[in-house]
Amino acid sequence: MNLIVCVKQVPDTTDVKIDPATNTLVRQGVAAVLNPFDAYAVEEAVRIKEKHGGKVTALTMGPPQAVQVLRDAIAVGADEGILLSDRAFAGADTLATSNTLAQAIRKIGAFDLILCGKQAVDGDTAQVGPGIAALLDIPQIIFVRAIRELSADKIIAERMTEDGFDVVESTLPCLISVVKGINEPRLPSLRGVMTSKKAVIPTWTVQETGADPERIGLKGSPTYVHKIFTPPARTGGRKFEGETAQVVEAFVKAAAEDKLFAP
Amino acid sequence: MASIQVIGDKCIGCKKCVKVCPFGAIEMQGKLAVIDLSKCTLCGACVEPCPVEAIVLDRGDRPAGAADDSRGVWVFAEQRGGEIQSVVFELLGAGRRLAAARGCELAAVLIGSGVEERAGLLFRRGADKVYLADHPGLRDYRDEPYARLLTRMIREYKPEIVLTGATSIGRSLVPRAAVQVPTGLTADCTGLEIDPSSGLLLQTRPAFGGNIMATIKCEHHRPQMATVRHKVMEEAPEDPNRPAGELVRVSVTEADLASRTNVLETVKEIEETVNIVEADVIVAGGRGLKGPEHFAMLGELAKALGGAVGASRAAVDAGWVPYSHQVGQTGKTVKPKIYFACGISGAIQHLVGMSSSDIIVAVNKNPDAPIFNVATYGLVGDLFEIVPELTRRFKETLRR
Ligand SMILES: Cc1cc2nc3c(=O)[nH]c(=O)nc-3n(C[C@H](O)[C@H](O)[C@H](O)COP(=O)(O)OP(=O)(O)OC[C@H]3O[C@@H](n4cnc5c(N)ncnc54)[C@H](O)[C@@H]3O)c2cc1C
Ligand SMILES: Cc1cc2nc3c(=O)[nH]c(=O)nc-3n(C[C@H](O)[C@H](O)[C@H](O)COP(=O)(O)OP(=O)(O)OC[C@H]3O[C@@H](n4cnc5c(N)ncnc54)[C@H](O)[C@@H]3O)c2cc1C
Repeated sequence: MNLIVCVKQVPDTTDVKIDPATNTLVRQGVAAVLNPFDAYAVEEAVRIKEKHGGKVTALTMGPPQAVQVLRDAIAVGADEGILLSDRAFAGADTLATSNTLAQAIRKIGAFDLILCGKQAVDGDTAQVGPGIAALLDIPQIIFVRAIRELSADKIIAERMTEDGFDVVESTLPCLISVVKGINEPRLPSLRGVMTSKKAVIPTWTVQETGADPERIGLKGSPTYVHKIFTPPARTGGRKFEGETAQVVEAFVKAAAEDKLFAP
Repeated sequence: MASIQVIGDKCIGCKKCVKVCPFGAIEMQGKLAVIDLSKCTLCGACVEPCPVEAIVLDRGDRPAGAADDSRGVWVFAEQRGGEIQSVVFELLGAGRRLAAARGCELAAVLIGSGVEERAGLLFRRGADKVYLADHPGLRDYRDEPYARLLTRMIREYKPEIVLTGATSIGRSLVPRAAVQVPTGLTADCTGLEIDPSSGLLLQTRPAFGGNIMATIKCEHHRPQMATVRHKVMEEAPEDPNRPAGELVRVSVTEADLASRTNVLETVKEIEETVNIVEADVIVAGGRGLKGPEHFAMLGELAKALGGAVGASRAAVDAGWVPYSHQVGQTGKTVKPKIYFACGISGAIQHLVGMSSSDIIVAVNKNPDAPIFNVATYGLVGDLFEIVPELTRRFKETLRR
């Protein structure tokens, strides 16, 4: 089974610090990591390979240093990585990102299943997966929390909904995006780390990818960021301390005065 | 090719751009802002804040205004099992405002099986027109037929703006349809305005796990499409006397119904019957609950207040509650009227999922817990004493 996993390098949000003076985010020096949802996608792909045989190719579009997320994927069992890197790819919105990734996948050739993370924790749109599926004209199952069955030409998976899940069947090839909880990603083994360090990872530019220059990067992006601001910070209100009875009494009184539970 | 640069002669070293860059790609070298091109994604966030127009983003020659004859605001009328979802009424509320600003009509797109009679409700909630694709083969939501039909309607009738709820269906359907059109799509918006000077839709949304807000524009492509977060926009009220508008029937052929996916089964999982995304009151618990058995205590309080139970990731990871209850960056984003955080410290990844709640009540024994920085009411003390007492008191006063 030929599996392609799309992985993205993102700023480590656990590192986010707020500058108390300006109340803005401090982003300098923030480490870049593999998008947490993509770690689940990689793990799922590797598990499928272990069960059904085949090959896992990790694919990323990003600056040269994004090669690290491909090495992270190889360290836990992906067979190879391809880096799509070119200044002309920069400034892409989700349409242009999907175009670039879809074109690279066409170039890779045969595949049975494409796996994406639910969303990238920086852009946070969850739009790239369905975008790739539309461009390749393949079916999609978005927000998958479990794969129930997989065979050479069919997948049955559980798709998260607001109040539970749908069981969805699809023909292959197909694209799925996975949510947290689909698996527990393994830690890399020492051997995995060695392999990933030695892996030769090709870089594809616009030319090698064969992408249409009109449909990539800033030029191929209908949307753009007009402005960025920090949300108004919430400030604390009243605090009640003391014996339990006092605390509860004070709160219940305040709740009544402020009509918290008024119909 | 697109490029960005700082004009050295103009830069006054004010650092405004440094602060807004979401990627930490701008640094001061002396009094000059310098962009690290290996980190810059050309997102353009730094251009507008610069007071002296020293940052120039050359977007390359972009295609000129496609489909300028586009007109009208559309709302995707998501239905499940024939029921119009409440987010649709919010979209109609927002859509009405935008349509007024653009001086155009408001329409709803209704796709399903045997849903024609639902059009009346959409008219009473403010739609001037309803585009209806009604066919037994459209009973279950399936990506391919729905996206195909929506795409075709957009191409044929050329709306200027299309809004969809950022629900599990919406977030699967429209990214596929937008690419097919093709046009831009803004995700999970919490603010929608018409720019008075350009007439463009200003789409504001949280990104970076809610740490920043971004306003997105789609200038040269139509329609301008957005998914909109549930429970943010004001609902359009139902007016029983509002006359029905025009019903436009869209033909559905066998080819339109072709689908390589099939829904085999739909399973409901949330235990308290109240979906936390819909709930007006959420009582959430964290590691401070100490074990799964104590979640029943939160359930009691939730029941007394007519609410649902939520959880921090620590409680979910410990296996005390199913993941469907998790609130936060890797869980759900909620905006209830009242959010109780019991034994939750208030980590940033939790806060981004609940900090836009109208009122936050924190119960924590540590007076310095960060959750108190965002709480409207902070109750310092042992939750095992406070929560049952609150349940007892509210049961009395609310008589539930
Ligand atoms: C503040 C801000 C707001 C933005 N808002 C929008 C918006 O509303 N609409 C819009 O069109 N663009 C938007 N963008 C641009 C968007 O972030 C980029 O297009 C980005 O390349 C992809 O979107 P995402 O990060 O949301 O990924 P998502 O769509 O959330 O990613 C889903 C999955 O797709 C795969 N994937 C995503 N990117 C890559 C990649 N580079 N390489 C390999 N796999 C990948 C991964 O598997 C990932 O888990 C915004 C950018 C910023 C900085
Ligand atoms: C990439 C990433 C994504 C994440 N996503 C999420 C997410 O979606 N949602 C989420 O919640 N977290 C998320 N986290 C985890 C987050 O960083 C915190 O670890 C988590 O929220 C902590 O949960 P907690 O507040 O329940 O536990 P703790 O931080 O351990 O807090 C427990 C609190 O209970 C209080 N307490 C203990 N006993 C009592 C008592 N008897 N009475 C009253 N108070 C008591 C303590 O004072 C303490 O404040 C994420 C982390 C990462 C790295």
